[in-house]
Amino acid sequence: MEIFRAHVLVCCGTGCTSSNSPKIMDRFEELLPLHDLEKEIKVVKTGCFGLCAEGPIVVVYPEGVMYYRVSPDDVEEIVSEHLLKGRFVRRLMTLSSEIPSTERMSADDNNFFKKQLRIALRNCGIINPEKIEEYIARDGYQALGKILTEKTDPMAIIAMIKQSGLRGRGGGGFPTGNKWEFAAKVQNDVKYVCCNADEGDPGAFMDRSILEGDPHSVIEAMAIAGYCIGANQGYVYVRAEYPIAVERLKLAISQAREYGLIGTNIFDSGFDFDLDIRLGAGAFVCGEETALMRSIEGKRGNPTPRPPFPAVKGLFGKPTILNNVETFANIPVILNRGAEWFSAIGTEKSKGTKVFALGGKVNNVGLVEIPMGTTVREIVFDIGGGIPNGKAFKAVQTGGPSGGCIPAVLLDTPIDYDNLISVGSMMGSGGMIVMDEDTCMVDIAKFFLEFTVDESCGKCAPCRIGTKRMFELLTKITDGSGSLEDLKSLEGLATALKNGSLCALGQTAANPILSTMHHFRNEYLEHVVDKKCKCHVCKGLTQYYIEPDKCKKCSLCAKKCPVNCISGVIGKESFVIDASKCIKCGACMEACKFGAVVKK
Amino acid sequence: MGKTKLTPEEMSEKLDVIIASHKGEGQKAIMSTLQEAQGVYGYLPLPVQKKVAFALGVSVAEVYGVVSFYSFFTLKPKGDTVFNVCLGTACYVKGSQLLLEKIEENIGVSTGEVTTDGKFSISACRCVGACGLAPVILVNDDVYGRLTPDEIPGIIAKYKEA
Repeated sequence: MEIFRAHVLVCCGTGCTSSNSPKIMDRFEELLPLHDLEKEIKVVKTGCFGLCAEGPIVVVYPEGVMYYRVSPDDVEEIVSEHLLKGRFVRRLMTLSSEIPSTERMSADDNNFFKKQLRIALRNCGIINPEKIEEYIARDGYQALGKILTEKTDPMAIIAMIKQSGLRGRGGGGFPTGNKWEFAAKVQNDVKYVCCNADEGDPGAFMDRSILEGDPHSVIEAMAIAGYCIGANQGYVYVRAEYPIAVERLKLAISQAREYGLIGTNIFDSGFDFDLDIRLGAGAFVCGEETALMRSIEGKRGNPTPRPPFPAVKGLFGKPTILNNVETFANIPVILNRGAEWFSAIGTEKSKGTKVFALGGKVNNVGLVEIPMGTTVREIVFDIGGGIPNGKAFKAVQTGGPSGGCIPAVLLDTPIDYDNLISVGSMMGSGGMIVMDEDTCMVDIAKFFLEFTVDESCGKCAPCRIGTKRMFELLTKITDGSGSLEDLKSLEGLATALKNGSLCALGQTAANPILSTMHHFRNEYLEHVVDKKCKCHVCKGLTQYYIEPDKCKKCSLCAKKCPVNCISGVIGKESFVIDASKCIKCGACMEACKFGAVVKK
Repeated sequence: MGKTKLTPEEMSEKLDVIIASHKGEGQKAIMSTLQEAQGVYGYLPLPVQKKVAFALGVSVAEVYGVVSFYSFFTLKPKGDTVFNVCLGTACYVKGSQLLLEKIEENIGVSTGEVTTDGKFSISACRCVGACGLAPVILVNDDVYGRLTPDEIPGIIAKYKEA
């Protein structure tokens, strides 16, 4: 085996790939031979490190030095300074949100990583996801191998998963072990295991990162699930928007087949299990389990009523279990390290860790995995590095279009399934979007409703009509013609949707409205009663105004105005906007070089 | 949606190959067949849907039902250059709506439309997962991140020249 004195890890997840990391890889491959280093130093393509805001990221081992925002032009300096002379390139070692320090050495000293505990993401950013050997070297396929060669009783494995306390990471939080048990007890010759990788929640990308950074962990877990419930075929349903994830998963499946880790007679145990990929086609509702199965069957992704539950009658009418990517990624570790180890992490009813995609108005945008029970404050301010540009924190949104907003007073809420529901939000698949003082909460509610209107499949009336009506009411409010009566109607519709919708999409569609109305009622009242949007987001409630003492009487604004509603005399009279004609396009504000045009 | 344009005959030949590989697979192959067909044509006109339905042994209504359900399938051709603005939550709170408005203003058509010369079209999508670069737009396969509306005219100019 070749031994290298140093390893250069280059993140090739979607975020870093978008900002040119493949070129950085090429540049290393090109420069290393010029310095005769190609036999001493190995360049490794890895999955996501998590700190996406500071990408592209390059890590050099054995020191573990992490370089941020590396450009292909920086590679020469890293090679000639760090790899050749052992001197770190300090200028690339500081996060853009912090003060440069000469102290910090490795990524472990970085606040972003300190409070994290990586179980589902254990291999992301560490191994090359395109090499099965690297997964195997980190105990990969050990759990599968052990249960198949020892012919462990499937019910014992299910008992272990139940004991670990693992709950579904896709949104609902249903205990995974129980789900498997139901399917295992149903008698049928044909059963299926499905993996939900249709991560439609906008702003959530943890499942994609796992598939990109550690696809084999999902394959292994699905084979384990197949063994437990007696299924021989699995399907991974992936969003078509994730081309890199699909490529790596395809490669991983073919490698696993080649190694005999899936296929027929795995480990000479007589157990057969194979996997196929099915691509989604851009329908959010297909994240719902029954809709997803209809989609795999080649039909419109309409949900079907439950019961019968998929464990009894699922894909192609056969007993089926469906788990989310992150849930599966936890399975091999639980089998290897034991249920007690896993259940020691987290809170009373939520065990283990949860991955969140931290985004929006926060410094360290990226993927974070924290033990359940970590507070929202720790995530946003310690791990996330706080709010950029000195702005004030307003809220954090979790659970996507089904979730809600958590205001500043609830920042110390420890995160777990039950706590998030009690504050009017939900775990969801793990998107966590931070909002600052400039974000209008009514507009955000409208944003989510527009999403659910688009994505409602139309099968049941409460969701099809109700979301549309709620969206219309919110549009009315943000346009400045809302009334207190409209707020009442919103609440009434919300209850109707919750009680009457067929699937979770409709049942939870009103959550963004209810939670913002509850925690930010003032903002709604300002829109409705005072006809003001303090954040100047809602166009209908914003007026442009020229401050006379700042106006240089140059006429630039008037020249740019498409409706000629600005008047004044060059050099003599300051310019004034006629609010009754103004279409609020903002061209004047852009044109003014002196900052005299403001929003009121 | 390949870079080099195929002639109608070439497209038809490619479609025949795709259809042959799925022949008789029935309903469950509708999605993958349509995905491959759209890869050739760039959209799914009715004659293509009919061919797919016939080969798989399902009704045209069944196929059209699937095409109209999923946003990934399109009945109208897109422009040669597609501007795709991410309206995921992370991008939205960072102002991607303003980027979309700026693009509409500069190209001169609304979201979901194509310019009369067929060169440009604008669409909006829900989260490409590059939230670290928010706000993000995609121009064909090129990703532009951390954008402000001022940078839009420059980006568009690049594609107009090309």
